[in-house]
Amino acid sequence: MGAQLRIYRRRMRSVKATKKITKAMELISASRIVKAQQRVAASSPYANEITNAVAAIATYSNTDHPLTAQHVNAGRASVLVITADRGMAGAYSNAAIKEGDLLIASLKERGLDVRAYLVGRKAVNFYKFRNREITGSWTGFSDNPTFENAKEVAYALAQEFLGDSDEIHIVYTTFKSMITQQPVAARMLPMVLDGVVKPEGLLPEYEFEPNATEVLNSLLPRYVEARVFNAMLQSAASEHAARRRAMKSATDNADELIKSLTRLANAARQAEITQEISEIVGGADALASASAGSE
Amino acid sequence: MATSNLIVEVVSPDKRVWSGEATMVSARTLEGDIGILPDHAPLLGVLVDGKVEIKTVGGEKVEFTINGGFLSVSQNHVSVLGQAAE
Repeated sequence: MGAQLRIYRRRMRSVKATKKITKAMELISASRIVKAQQRVAASSPYANEITNAVAAIATYSNTDHPLTAQHVNAGRASVLVITADRGMAGAYSNAAIKEGDLLIASLKERGLDVRAYLVGRKAVNFYKFRNREITGSWTGFSDNPTFENAKEVAYALAQEFLGDSDEIHIVYTTFKSMITQQPVAARMLPMVLDGVVKPEGLLPEYEFEPNATEVLNSLLPRYVEARVFNAMLQSAASEHAARRRAMKSATDNADELIKSLTRLANAARQAEITQEISEIVGGADALASASAGSE
Repeated sequence: MATSNLIVEVVSPDKRVWSGEATMVSARTLEGDIGILPDHAPLLGVLVDGKVEIKTVGGEKVEFTINGGFLSVSQNHVSVLGQAAE
C-alpha cells in the first residue's frame, strides 16, 4: 500500500473513533435534557410561592428588612457564577463567565469591591489561570444539582449578605428552549421587586405570624435557596442542551471529514493503480524493445 | 359567603407534593396551632416542624410532615411550603 493511502486510512480510523464518542455524548445529553427540564418545572411552584410571599410582605407591611432594602454600606458585592464542570458544551461556560465579567466590571465601576463565588470546574479553572481571587467555589454537581448542593451555596451567600455585602448577584444560564439558552445576570439580594407597587393609603389587613420581621428573617435563607436551586437547575438543563448541540455539530463535522477523506483515499488508490499499470506497461515496452534490438 | 373551598398546594423545593381543594387546613405556627377555613384573612406564617392536616372536599383527611416551612393564605389560596414535605 502506498504511503499516501495509508495516511488517509489512518486519519479516517481516528475520525471514526472520535465520531463514536461525540455521537454517544450527543445521545446522552439529549436524553438528559428532558429530565433536567422536568426538574426545572417541578421546582418552580416552590420558587414562585416564595417570591409571592416576599412580594406580599414588601407590599403589605411597612417593615424595612435586608431582604427588600439595602442594609449595609460596606461597598462590597458578591457574585455567584454558575458554569459547567466539563467542557465539550460549546461556548456554554465561557458565555456565563463573560456575562459575569461584564457584571463585575459594572459593579466595579460603581466603586464596589467584588467577591467571586463560583460553581463548576470551568469557572474555577478560568479564575485560577488568571490568578483572580476566589472567595468560595463548589464543583462536581453542575450537570445534576441536588437541593442539598443549592443549600450549601445559598448558606454561604446568605452569610455573606448578612455579613458585609451590600448586594448578591447571580449569573446563570436560562433555559429558554432546546436551541436557545441565555446567560443572564440578576440581582438576588436585596430583592428586586419588579412590578410591585406599594398601594397608597391604608394597607389591606395582612396577618403575619408571629410578625413581619420574624417571617422575613426565616424567609430570607429559604428565598436564597430557592433562587440558587432554580438557577442551578436551569443551568444544568442549558448545559445539556449546549452539549448536545456542540456534540451534534462535532458528529456532523466528523461525517463531513470522513466523506472527504474517503474521496481523497479513493483518489490516492486510483493514482497508485494508474501508476502501477503505467509501470507495467513501461516495463513490458522496455522488455519488448530490448528483445527486438537483440535479434 | 362560606360556600367556596380552599385551593391548597403543598410544595417542596423539588416538587409539588399535593394540590387540591379542601374545606380546612390546620397547621402549627410559631405562635401555636392555627386552622384555616374558607375566606380567611390574608396570612403569612412561619411553621414549626410538624404536621399539617388538610381536610379535603371529599371529607378525607390528608396529613403531611413539614420541615422548616411557611404557610401563606390569600383569597382562599393556601400554600404550604416545606423544605421537606411528605
